[in-house]
Amino acid sequence: MVIAKPGLDGHDVGAKVVALALKDAGMEVIYTGLHRTIEEIVKTAMEEDADVIGLSIYSGAHLSLSKKLVDGLKDMGLADKIVLVGGNIPQKDTKILEEYGVDRVFPVGTKLDDIIGFIRKRMGAENEKK
Amino acid sequence: MKRNNDEEPKKVVLESGIEVKPVYGPEDTEDLSFEEKIGHPGEYPFTRGIHPLMYRKRPWTMRQYSGFGTAKETNERFKWLLEQGQTALNVAFDLPTQMGLDSDDPFAEQEAGRVGMAIDTLKDLEEAFEDIPIDRISTALTINPVASVLLAMYLVVAEKQGITWDQVRGTTQNDILKEYIGRGTWIFPVKPSIRLIGDMVEFCSSKVPKFNPFSVCGYHIRESGATPVQEMAYAFEIAIAYIQEVLGRGLKIDNFAGRIAFNFDIHGNLWEQVAKFRAGRRLWAKIVKERFGAQNPRSMTLRMIAGGGGGGLTVQQPENNIVRGAYYALISALSGTQTMALCSYDEAYTIPSKKAALISLRTMQILADEMGLKDTVDPLGGSYYIEWLTDRMEKKIVEIMQKVEDLGGMVKAVQEGHIQREVSHQAYLKEKKIQSGEIPKIGVNRYVMAEERAEIEMHPFNPNVFDEQKKKLERLKSERDNAGVEAALLGLKQAAQTAENVMPHMLEAVRKYATLGEITKVLKDVFGEFKEPVGL
Repeated sequence: MVIAKPGLDGHDVGAKVVALALKDAGMEVIYTGLHRTIEEIVKTAMEEDADVIGLSIYSGAHLSLSKKLVDGLKDMGLADKIVLVGGNIPQKDTKILEEYGVDRVFPVGTKLDDIIGFIRKRMGAENEKK
Repeated sequence: MKRNNDEEPKKVVLESGIEVKPVYGPEDTEDLSFEEKIGHPGEYPFTRGIHPLMYRKRPWTMRQYSGFGTAKETNERFKWLLEQGQTALNVAFDLPTQMGLDSDDPFAEQEAGRVGMAIDTLKDLEEAFEDIPIDRISTALTINPVASVLLAMYLVVAEKQGITWDQVRGTTQNDILKEYIGRGTWIFPVKPSIRLIGDMVEFCSSKVPKFNPFSVCGYHIRESGATPVQEMAYAFEIAIAYIQEVLGRGLKIDNFAGRIAFNFDIHGNLWEQVAKFRAGRRLWAKIVKERFGAQNPRSMTLRMIAGGGGGGLTVQQPENNIVRGAYYALISALSGTQTMALCSYDEAYTIPSKKAALISLRTMQILADEMGLKDTVDPLGGSYYIEWLTDRMEKKIVEIMQKVEDLGGMVKAVQEGHIQREVSHQAYLKEKKIQSGEIPKIGVNRYVMAEERAEIEMHPFNPNVFDEQKKKLERLKSERDNAGVEAALLGLKQAAQTAENVMPHMLEAVRKYATLGEITKVLKDVFGEFKEPVGL
């Protein structure tokens, strides 16, 4: 999976902590580093053939960035990828993000085990479909 | 429940890895010589404080972080804060400004005016300080890779107010090494970034003597996961890297060390924080005196801003953060800080609302005026526990500094990503301990309430800033002397390509209303961009 920091926001602790936790859980994780454009993130997801893309956003610009990612993936024929968004996301925005096509929002305070559990469950379901 | 007297009390180990005994006594401090280790406030080694009378003579400076939207909106907030009794300003810039982009840059669209105010040209900064006599306040500009541009703008604003540069007081944060470790607003590679800091120190030491050209931030390193002793050790190694850059230009340590400022974090164990600052003051004095040969006592003093600690605040039960903020302020005062900036209770959500900013300011005022914190210097000094812990913390800080030096110093350690890796692993360990309950966090892993996430009153975002700034830029570009702008930018480029100090050229470009984005682009063309070592 790819953990990505889109845009100008430099808060990367959350992204790195989640990446380390997923790695510890046995998943293959690529962290993009800071200041990535959505185009770059889509490209990385394609090149790495990632199943899951996690965006980490703390600046407040999560709505437009997440929408761009979901649309970007669709344009590249990657609509089946699992998209997760983490950061300081107000509750009222969770629904909007899900309407955009984000699979799950993990706001500040989420348990690492919940993220790991969600990905495992979804991946299990995906594999059964195949 | 009756306690069994034979039962061993639970083991206590601080975040810094020091085990704490249930009781301390004279035997724990008998090898600490008063003259060598403690001394009087205002005297070497400054363990007890950098001034003889500390707050008895003058309380700490109160400087809440603020700025949002347009310069005009920010100007109103600044004036309101000063009316409420705040004694200095601490300026928040939006992310495009912090990253050297103009508001009309496509990358800036959703960010203009969001986490701070948008600055594109001198015009904006003029508006931000309209009717604020900047010779009577000191201003901290929270800006890093493009600090040289903002310093130039601020100095020209002073000129236009009829204030000479020798009266200008303030600080540019300008600590690029910590940006690579945490916080993340970096642009240029490490070496040219440090060269820009050197240019500013050299320029300020002769032209703007009351200005602090950089403030070394342990704060963000701690926020990124470092322990309290790592925070101090890394900050000192960063400061040493900047000192070496400036000494390499032929300046003497006493020409500039008295203008080095620090920014530290406060959250976690109260005693550990107090001891951290006392140990830090003692160690820094020793480093500047013994390693760099300073003669002037002022050069040896650790001058700092402290009070914040956003990492200690929680999204859950957000009003609890008001209480945490008050304790952080108490710790900060007990630690002898020069300036205090509290993190507001809504910091875990957003930048401070007006209400949150006011509560923070009143918290500091209550502490200063009602609680006796100004009465006597270093009231915890002489406590068996505090003196013992101060000494242990100092030893730990020295050990970590040695590890950095074994890696070849801070510049190399950051270029290669060693410190970033160490700090993020520490953050992961800490998060696991919080999630398992090993580190108690009220409302998070103890006394959790089944509640909807509280929707607190938040600072509103003005989505029109992008359009407003865009129009303003278009108008300005059609009205300014564009040939003059080009000439100034060419001068800047030539200086950047050689070893010439960029500051005079920066000032010229700013006066001609070159935009922040134009200036940054010139530097990017010459210096290139930092490649982040992203290995986990």
